[in-house]
Amino acid sequence: MSCIEQLKYKLILERTSFKEAREYVEKNADEVYYVDPGYKIFKEYYIIGVPPVALGVKGRELLFPYVKPCHGTFLMAVESEEEIERLRKSKKSRPSEKKKTSPSPDAAPASFQDMWKR
Amino acid sequence: MTEEKGKALLVMGCPEVPVQTGIVIYLADKLQKAGYQVTVAGTNAAQKLIRVSDPEEHYIKDLADLDSCIADLAEKRRDFDLCFVFMHNDSGMTYGATFSVLSRARLYALVFGKNAEALAETIEYPAEKIVAKAVHNPMPLKNKIDRVIL
Repeated sequence: MSCIEQLKYKLILERTSFKEAREYVEKNADEVYYVDPGYKIFKEYYIIGVPPVALGVKGRELLFPYVKPCHGTFLMAVESEEEIERLRKSKKSRPSEKKKTSPSPDAAPASFQDMWKR
Repeated sequence: MTEEKGKALLVMGCPEVPVQTGIVIYLADKLQKAGYQVTVAGTNAAQKLIRVSDPEEHYIKDLADLDSCIADLAEKRRDFDLCFVFMHNDSGMTYGATFSVLSRARLYALVFGKNAEALAETIEYPAEKIVAKAVHNPMPLKNKIDRVIL
């Protein structure tokens, strides 16, 4: 069992596609940050996903996709001010991240192919 | 003795489609005979299927937990020259994208199952696609592999 499953979490979406989970975050989170696969959260979970992976902040909760090989993608919400702060800070050093509320010229690529063109 | 050509990683998806285990063993054997050091990564159930199918470890000597393998790549403790990701669902495609970012390996997407062609169209990352509508009969996928690899 992954460490993620031992946290106190809410399931926002269950057994969905990765694309639908990303779209949900983009439409519903207060803040959206984009990270690459392999970004580490909760000390030992490495994000699985198609880049750019959208992580959301909604109130005090971090929204993130959790992909299981046999069951699809789950969109989880976990209260963690520490992880949210770390995400906001790490955003500065990550070129593929953006805040939904303040788009910049360095906005995240729209697709994986765009990322590879950089 | 064959000269070692490099390291190959075979990433198993959900083992619910029967052809996966047989093709993993077949491809591992083919790569080893060509001189590659082979590691196979998968979920607990996928690993058990391999161990039951190859109890004497004739074909697969190095089995790894999928999450640990991703952690090793993300932390740059380990990498490979070739990476074959088996996929028959959206999760498998998503794992493939993850490996394409974390590893410097040349990536092959082995797409199978009843929706293989539609799934292959969702792959936007750089990978050589090997696509066959194979569920129970491994031969369509085996034949494609033989044409493309080694």
